Amino acid sequence: MKPVVHGCMLRTVLWVAIAAVLGIGTATRPGQAATPEEVIAGAARKVVKLYGAGGGRGLEAYQTGILISAEGQIVTVMSTVLDSDEIDCVLDDGRRFPATLLGMDPRRELAVLTIAGEDLPFFALNESDRVAVGTRIFALSNLFGVAVGDERVSAQHGIVSAMVPLEARRGAYEAPYQGAVYVLDCTTNNPGSPGGALIDWRGRCIGVLGKELRSNDSGIWLNYALPADEAWRGVQAIRAGETQPEIRVSPAKAFDPILLGFVLVPDLLDKTPPFIESILPGSAAAAAHLQPDDLLIAVGGKSVASRFAVQRALGVLAEGDPVRLALVRNGTIVDVDLGPRPGETQK
Amino acid sequence: MPRRRTFLPTLFVIVVCLCCHIAGSITSAAEGIASVLEAQQRRIDTIRQASTASVAIFAGEAGGGSGVLVSADGYALTNFHVVQPAGLSMKCGLSDGRVYDAVLVGLDPTGDVSLIKLVGRHDFPFAEFADSDRVAVGDFCFAAGNPFLLATDFQPSISAGIVSGTHRYQFPAGTILEYADCLQVDAAINPGNSGGALFDADGRIIGLNGRASFEKRGRVNVGVGYAISANQLKNFLGFLKGGRLVDHATLGATVSTSEDGRVVISDILESSDAYRRGLRYDDEIVSLSGRNVRTVNAFKNILGTLPAGWRVPLVYRRSGRRVEIFVRLAGVHAAAQLAAIVSGGDPSAEQPQRPVPQKPRQPDDPQQPQQLSGKPPVATLPQSLRGLYEERSGFANHHFNTVERTRVSQMIASRGIFKAHAGAWIFTGRLPTGEPFRIELSDERGLIDLPTGTTTVDATGDLDANPSPPGSGGMLAALILWRRLLREGPGSLGRTTYWGTAPLESSQRGTPALVVDVLETSVSAVESRFSVGPSGRVVGVELWINSDADPCEIRFLTPLASDPLEMPGVIEVRHGNELFGTFNVEAASLETIDAPIDNDVNKKAPAESGAASGATLHDSISEPRDES
Repeated sequence: MKPVVHGCMLRTVLWVAIAAVLGIGTATRPGQAATPEEVIAGAARKVVKLYGAGGGRGLEAYQTGILISAEGQIVTVMSTVLDSDEIDCVLDDGRRFPATLLGMDPRRELAVLTIAGEDLPFFALNESDRVAVGTRIFALSNLFGVAVGDERVSAQHGIVSAMVPLEARRGAYEAPYQGAVYVLDCTTNNPGSPGGALIDWRGRCIGVLGKELRSNDSGIWLNYALPADEAWRGVQAIRAGETQPEIRVSPAKAFDPILLGFVLVPDLLDKTPPFIESILPGSAAAAAHLQPDDLLIAVGGKSVASRFAVQRALGVLAEGDPVRLALVRNGTIVDVDLGPRPGETQK
Repeated sequence: MPRRRTFLPTLFVIVVCLCCHIAGSITSAAEGIASVLEAQQRRIDTIRQASTASVAIFAGEAGGGSGVLVSADGYALTNFHVVQPAGLSMKCGLSDGRVYDAVLVGLDPTGDVSLIKLVGRHDFPFAEFADSDRVAVGDFCFAAGNPFLLATDFQPSISAGIVSGTHRYQFPAGTILEYADCLQVDAAINPGNSGGALFDADGRIIGLNGRASFEKRGRVNVGVGYAISANQLKNFLGFLKGGRLVDHATLGATVSTSEDGRVVISDILESSDAYRRGLRYDDEIVSLSGRNVRTVNAFKNILGTLPAGWRVPLVYRRSGRRVEIFVRLAGVHAAAQLAAIVSGGDPSAEQPQRPVPQKPRQPDDPQQPQQLSGKPPVATLPQSLRGLYEERSGFANHHFNTVERTRVSQMIASRGIFKAHAGAWIFTGRLPTGEPFRIELSDERGLIDLPTGTTTVDATGDLDANPSPPGSGGMLAALILWRRLLREGPGSLGRTTYWGTAPLESSQRGTPALVVDVLETSVSAVESRFSVGPSGRVVGVELWINSDADPCEIRFLTPLASDPLEMPGVIEVRHGNELFGTFNVEAASLETIDAPIDNDVNKKAPAESGAASGATLHDSISEPRDES
């Protein structure tokens, strides 16, 4: 009696095993995978449109965010859009929520926002491994702000072209994050795209679309995404309230005019015009009577069209070289001599 | 022993199963490869087929663009902003390697669409339209066109992608070049792709590429292109074929989102049809033209795809009550304003607020659209296009209006020989109340006997002072013109033009609207529009005694059974918000002057004098049958 029972049990176990093997075999057949339409429709519910500070070309007041908890935590990129007391978050179904900033990770340039939601669909960022180069992807984002209200965010397709360390800059500044990113053959470098979701064809979030940056080497606008695991580490740090060391954003091969005693307007655009914002009292700039709203047009006789050009032109002067500027004030050109260029260490 | 006996067969089964599974995997892998190759071949074939319908447009100094053939007789769609600088004619290359002359047919500046006609063949390859409302985000699509005017061998460039967004709204430049309810794609759309088709995986047209979001990198693709939806193209195709300068619709009201998220009327013109139908400030818009309205964008999307003059259902909600009305949409522009835009005289057209639409040029690409500086004289048209252009104000090319008017006239004439029925046309029957009525129409007069009295209209004089019978808005005048149209053709109705196509709402709920051809006529001050069904049967008339007032709207429903002339079994008359009457026709008698045949019908009809000398040619019928 006993052996028979044992045999039956064994058989049962084996049949279950066979069924499992066959079952898995069937489930992974490509014919049964969700269609791209279904994958996108499902994932887009977890992507939100964010509206905050800004306006105008180069300083758009919108970007994208990704829901990472059912209660309404959202990860997005750190940007001037969030530099506002009122950040609006619009869900896929058109519901609008005010969002509050929970914290930021300046190194990865990520931010976590919260909205008062419940039972929201969300991406589990911690469940995705790095994907291989060649993986087919969709990018879901609020690009150009074309989708409003309950209109679905835009979907683009492509593949992961490479995984490389990020070497990029925005204006004159190098990007603080220099870890690995996915480089994409999909044009995700558009206004509004940053913070969008990079998903694979199974609908898993494998990355967060990065900010608008150009390559250090070529100056080409980069299409890239922060891998999900890296974004997840940033989220955990923010959730834990870890105070990240302030990242000193070092100008690349550029001289800081503050050493001469003047401050230029913030470098926000691709070619920010080099207007003087303020003058430090007691400085060389103050002694030479530089004024706020002066527009620099030449350094050492070479024309400078942007803020970055000013910094570079000053950077190429050796310590002790004479600093001669030309600037436009009230419609007339004024020449100014600031004396010898100070050393970089002096501050 | 029992254990072994039990186990061995089980093991055997497992081994067999695993072997089968592995074999199955190998087989399915082979099948997988085969199916990929098959899918690839299918895609190649589809693209090859779609390429044959693609047009490379070259307009010399004025640049060029792309187009797509939509009929075997050479009609092709492209963008307004491609055709406008080209003028009346252009050279079109097809993938067969040949160049064809094409002439301008119709213009839609608001929707950025133009229709041209290629000549030289009667068997042009062409593409079919898909239902663009069924397109989903993520669908495979491809664009065929002439980016950067590279297609000097006339083989279109193909760029593939997915549909990135549906029902997108892109603001107009001034009042023109509005992309409402458009498709967004990540297939590369570059300058020169303008006017080419966006195809689905089956090679059907889902849109017309014409716009892209450009930014810091200049005027090159950044994976964000827009295509005018196929459904919008279908709405306007009839008007464009009629050689018209087409206008888009406005409701005469603006909407905004209320604090609680409803889309409400924020302003309304008292002169608008919507106001006359009862729409007021703060009413919530529920749906327009059968599509739900949840956002202001959705409202603008729906409205932006509709031609001026269409009559569409609108559902609104007031104090919890849901009301459905039919609203006649007005035009966005005055006729003179549109003409000025096309000839380059409109400031809003010269300085687009958003100069996004591509304007490919060789060798370089000036920002300002080159305006059509006066229409080129007809003498400059190539020999092949002589006789295919006629100038008339309000039209892009009046020649094609004559073509369409003739087509519809022939359709009507093909229904039956009404010419012989020169005597009185008499319709008798009952009102829904059971009371009898009698309508008599002749060359001399129109007469209606109703329980409330008899009304007569002199058919030989002007009809504009005759909104008779009272409350109908001009029912007798409309019926007199209807008889005249059937008997003598459109030429008898003063200035007659082909208007376009329009949906005619079915009286039965849930049945799709019938798309009809519409003829527009003007007799003295009276304007009317005749709806002609696909079979050539006149199914409705609208008549304006006064252009500021509501028209009399007549529907000829359910043709009488086994009546070769298909006289209506039911005549429904509306005026404003009111149903003036439903006339259930039991007998129709169309008398001929010279072939009197006595007939029972006349005996049944109430006494009448005008037709005493005549008789009906055919029997009257009492059983209305369903319209096919």
